[in-house]
Amino acid sequence: MLAKRIIPCLDVKNGKTVKGVNFENFRDAGDPVELGRRYSDEGADELVFLDITASLEGRDTFVNVVRRVAENLNIPFTVGGGINKMSDVNVMLNAGADKISINSSALRNPGLIDEISSHYGNQVCVVAIDAKCEDDGRWHCYVKGGSERTERELFEWAHEAQERGAGEILFTSMNHDGVKTGFACDALRELHNSLSIPIIASGGCGAMEHFRDVFDFGMADAALAASVFHFNEISIRELKQYLKANNINVRTI
Amino acid sequence: MSVGIIKYNAGNIFSVRCALQRIGVDALVTDDKHELLKCDKIIFPGVGEASTAMAYLRATGLDNLILSLKQPVLGICIGMQLMCDHSEEGDADCLGIFDGLTVKRFDNSLADESFKIPHMGWDTINVAKGNRLLPQYLCDEYVYYVHSYYAPISERYTIASTDYIVPYSAALNKDNFYATQFHPEKSGRIGETILRNFLEL
Repeated sequence: MLAKRIIPCLDVKNGKTVKGVNFENFRDAGDPVELGRRYSDEGADELVFLDITASLEGRDTFVNVVRRVAENLNIPFTVGGGINKMSDVNVMLNAGADKISINSSALRNPGLIDEISSHYGNQVCVVAIDAKCEDDGRWHCYVKGGSERTERELFEWAHEAQERGAGEILFTSMNHDGVKTGFACDALRELHNSLSIPIIASGGCGAMEHFRDVFDFGMADAALAASVFHFNEISIRELKQYLKANNINVRTI
Repeated sequence: MSVGIIKYNAGNIFSVRCALQRIGVDALVTDDKHELLKCDKIIFPGVGEASTAMAYLRATGLDNLILSLKQPVLGICIGMQLMCDHSEEGDADCLGIFDGLTVKRFDNSLADESFKIPHMGWDTINVAKGNRLLPQYLCDEYVYYVHSYYAPISERYTIASTDYIVPYSAALNKDNFYATQFHPEKSGRIGETILRNFLEL
């Protein structure tokens, strides 16, 4: 039976992992490869490495990180951040990434999804969506790390991304991110009901029950988190045991 | 021991090479037929689209090379699908090693809609009758899958199955030809065990 996936996310800046709380106030959390290995040993099912470096030199450093991850780890990993065109995708896949996550660039140029999926297959293309539920009750999509609001709405954009060939949707609720009161289960469930591709939930977990809820009520296929793992607030091994005891199908090692 | 990885226009070759390196084998990645024929073991990996990959194999003559191999061969993912008779993906005629098998697309209208396509993530393998690649002790272990197409069960060739919407072939074997739909190179320690088993064939 297909297992629900637990995916630690590592934000990488100049070759080091960092985590933002509500996309700001970064704190250092070590070497991405070592951290990735630790997670893999604890039972992480996949990893996501997000490059949040702006400079070109930082970009090369990130490609080296990707290559070292591919050499050292035996589980799949996704890379994202700053992927704007096919040549960026090629560089990351050649460095050993299994999947590519695109966010702002997909909203700016939705055709990039078609291009990636037709060249490499749908499974390579993860479309990440940062969205915020506003006073009008609608989920508005944001770009540039949550700093710029767009006119797109979460559900219609997710559907378009699927039709264009996205293999997965990685949905981050900006209302929940960093707040640690649980994932956006209602919106996730609605996404689940309207899409046929896997959905990765992101933003909001602070306790093990939140993972149980996102799989049970949010119907997510995978859950992504960063700080609860980076700062040892939740151990992946214990989380998997907890989920298993709650009748959620997970892979334990 | 020398291990050759067939280089062609499908991704994922670097990952397979890294996985072998982690278990102490420096594999040769090449499309040179003479070099490949000299290898003790051959891996036919891949992530890609069936009809494009087949067109490339035919254009380069790698199709006939693969058919002529006598040493143990391991097809992975699209590599396995290309070893079947035919694939619905791009309506491609394939290598026909696993004769009688047509690769089909998952159809989730057959089941409840909670089955997503692609089938992506960790799923268990059912090893009914153990063999050297997949001994009985690997039954119910999790391996990593990413695919939208599958090879149905073959009474002659299926050596492991997975159930997702329908039961399908997780692994196939005919003579020296072995294949897995899942990615051993991404399947953690279990995957490393399977790669070691292949190298020991």
